Amino acid sequence: MKLTFKLNGKKTLIDAPGNMRLIDLLRERLELTGTKEGCGKGECGACTVLLDNQAVCSCLVLSAQIDGRSLITIEGAEKMKEAEALRTAFAETGAIQCGFCTPGMILSAAALLRTHRKLSAAQIKRHLAGNLCRCTGYSKIIEAVEAAAIKLKNGKRK
Amino acid sequence: MSVIGKKVVRREASAKSSGAGLFTDDIKINGMLHAAVVRSPVARGRIIRLESDSARRLAGFEGLFTYKDIPGRNSVPIVIDDQPCLAENKVNYIGEPVAVVVARTRETARKAAQMVKVVCREQPPLLDPEKAKNHSRIHLFGDDNIFKHMRIRRGDVEAAFRDCDVIVENEYKTPYQEHAYIEPQAMIAVPNPDGTIDISGSMQCPFYVRKAVTTVLGLSDSTVRVIQCATGGAFGGKEDVPSLVACQAALPAWLLKKPVKIVYDRTEDMICTSKRHPAIVRYKSGATKDGILRAVEVEYIIDGGAYATLSTVVLFRGTVHSVGPYRCENIKVDSYAVATNKVPAGAFRGFGSPQVLFAVESQMDQLAERLGLDPLEFRRRNILKRNDLTATGQKLEYSVGLEETLERVVQVSGWKPGQEKENDTGYGLSTIFYGVGLGAGGKHLARTGAAVILNADGSATFSVGTTEIGQGMTTVLSQIVADQLGIPLEWVSMIPTDTSRVPDSGPTVASRSTTMSGNALLDACRKIRRQLAEEAASRLNCRPEEITIDDGFVRSKTKSLPILEVIKSCVAHRRCLAADGWHVSPPTSWDDETGQGDAYVVYSWATNLALVKVDRETGEVDVRKIWAAHDIGKAINPALAAGQIEGGALQGLGYALMEEAAVDSNGRLLNTEFSTYILPTAEDQPEIIPEIVEHPYPDGPYGAKGFGEQPLMGIAPAIANAVYDAVGVRIKDLPITPEKIWRALHDRGKSSPQESKTGKNR
Repeated sequence: MKLTFKLNGKKTLIDAPGNMRLIDLLRERLELTGTKEGCGKGECGACTVLLDNQAVCSCLVLSAQIDGRSLITIEGAEKMKEAEALRTAFAETGAIQCGFCTPGMILSAAALLRTHRKLSAAQIKRHLAGNLCRCTGYSKIIEAVEAAAIKLKNGKRK
Repeated sequence: MSVIGKKVVRREASAKSSGAGLFTDDIKINGMLHAAVVRSPVARGRIIRLESDSARRLAGFEGLFTYKDIPGRNSVPIVIDDQPCLAENKVNYIGEPVAVVVARTRETARKAAQMVKVVCREQPPLLDPEKAKNHSRIHLFGDDNIFKHMRIRRGDVEAAFRDCDVIVENEYKTPYQEHAYIEPQAMIAVPNPDGTIDISGSMQCPFYVRKAVTTVLGLSDSTVRVIQCATGGAFGGKEDVPSLVACQAALPAWLLKKPVKIVYDRTEDMICTSKRHPAIVRYKSGATKDGILRAVEVEYIIDGGAYATLSTVVLFRGTVHSVGPYRCENIKVDSYAVATNKVPAGAFRGFGSPQVLFAVESQMDQLAERLGLDPLEFRRRNILKRNDLTATGQKLEYSVGLEETLERVVQVSGWKPGQEKENDTGYGLSTIFYGVGLGAGGKHLARTGAAVILNADGSATFSVGTTEIGQGMTTVLSQIVADQLGIPLEWVSMIPTDTSRVPDSGPTVASRSTTMSGNALLDACRKIRRQLAEEAASRLNCRPEEITIDDGFVRSKTKSLPILEVIKSCVAHRRCLAADGWHVSPPTSWDDETGQGDAYVVYSWATNLALVKVDRETGEVDVRKIWAAHDIGKAINPALAAGQIEGGALQGLGYALMEEAAVDSNGRLLNTEFSTYILPTAEDQPEIIPEIVEHPYPDGPYGAKGFGEQPLMGIAPAIANAVYDAVGVRIKDLPITPEKIWRALHDRGKSSPQESKTGKNR
């Protein structure tokens, strides 16, 4: 089917089977391999993308569902200030080890930061509970999200 | 200012957070085919035939390969040569590879593999290691199903127990733990027109992979080139397993002369790849009234699964660590790695030691209580200090920071045993140690190579034989090279690990990368520094020995030159600013009969303190805080070291409280996905306070020792001890689930924790 959607801010037209998983559309057809597949069952969150600014597992979304909507992947992070602030904070606090969960983790956190600037650690933990990380123990990920939130809040004030 | 000891940002952080295509499955090659594996449906049986007609009719099917197609030897040698690449006439575990199917798409390959029927005559499997050991009729390995039996014999255990005032005797059990790296196993094989083959993929040990592929394809080392891709977590799970995965891509690629990629799906990865050995530990320990540990007797059995893979060396480490970091004169240890009809267990952070340390540390708290001492005081009296002898009779001449880690935790936490505390909360201590590197169990592999090129523009590239698996090796080694060559860190880059760049450097395991590759890089840099010094000396009119190189300058006693000027001068004078480095571990020793010897070159040390609250209604444990102090010799990058402590602690928390891969009576794994195999999430994360203690290791780069595994190892016993402190129940089989606590509380009736604590241990 013909799909029209906004991909990382750019209008995109593609002909793809409506029942193709979004993760396959991204990785195989659009060559956006930043979205990672960890389980294919919506259980690890590595394939998280933003669909109309909501964090979704792209392995559980079918291509037909994105028609007419707006999609942000990690490759478009630079166009979203929350994701960009998170990228910097993740690097600086040491929230990245193997890095396989990182794109999904950043986008998941970006969805949170879009609607919340003031966050408790408990809120961050709850929000990120669907994104598994086996390396970091989450300590520095939580720190990074807190740091990005503060930076965004201060940036706005200026 | 030197970059050593600085919290510099991970070198590949930006690439990893940008979504750059660094991982194996991100790579696409023209004409690439996809492989999937046909696997055994039964835990033990004879293969009668394969039915593949319907699979062969699928559009896009390109081929099916069995052991008969293997041009070399049908073997994936790890330590003992007992594991076939593809099963021949018998299968020994559910998920054992039987054939490889190749198709034009991954979907078709996986579908075809599902459609191939492995017709078997099923035989009753051996699933219980205690029944498998010395089984009279069924022989999975040798004639006793024992991969290895190890011993420690020291002093006179029987006499010592007679003189003990208290003796504590218990049986402990620990389960399978799944690595759950987020990136599943993945590999690509690309045959080249010149008759060579390149293997790229997710792995810890490129030289193991090369050995497997050369064996199966019957090729020379120089024909097979193995390159590591960014690896999305490993923890031991990508030590031996990628050897098998690589052969599953390499065999069809070689025979079809086309690139082949294989990526496991999550369920396949969970069913068919190695895990932490389940274990039974029978532990008897005794002490005298003065609070001194006098005798220890241990029987340690690990369930190795169907093939030996790494079980013999896992057993070695477990045996050496089986007395814990304590002085003890009388020791008898018998340990066994046993074959069963389950997926081969393998390497997992700690490598046979977390199981036995759970027992050791649980025993120590019980002994202390029986002696009327608190757990801290009892440890203070018994922990290993400088010049003490270990259980294997090794004299600890340097770098023994255990006492400092213990006192640091006490100081930072402010905890005092017996202090007033909130109801149903408890504190639990563990003091542990870790033999760094391969030790006497893997002596023949204890060497590493490196290569460094300092370019005319001042930038440097280096190659090593160990791998970046998220632990931060690239960054730490880059810091070492930058410091040695006196150039900014930003000018240094690591070439992805590639078997064609350096000689066989052994595996990336045993917390050995920083020490081994670090030392090999020091050796290479020393040669380049010599060139720089000679060149500078001629310009500064001094002797090369008077030259120092640091922080962008080359200095004599009185004058200095910018490093870049000296490099340019070297280039102009056609000096070679490239060098290879090599490092061989200091000697180790081991006597098989007595289990005595210098088992490891050096030990790292740690103390953990866990604070928990137990819910008496539900049995749930809330871990509120973990203090973890580690003696690591020298933190070359304290931020990365803290990351290892935090990440390891949470894996340890999972092992303590929730993780358990269960197998049914047919040998079938029951929890095959993340919804049923429960991992710690962000919500389970307690506050973790990492503390670094530095007792330098004289043979380590800048005094550093390896320690990446250690953060996991002492968490389960610390939590178990804390649970006991909180509600007075002692759980001796991991994981400590709410159900087990609830039952223990329930069974005890309405007695108060104080009353139950006086209960007998024997």
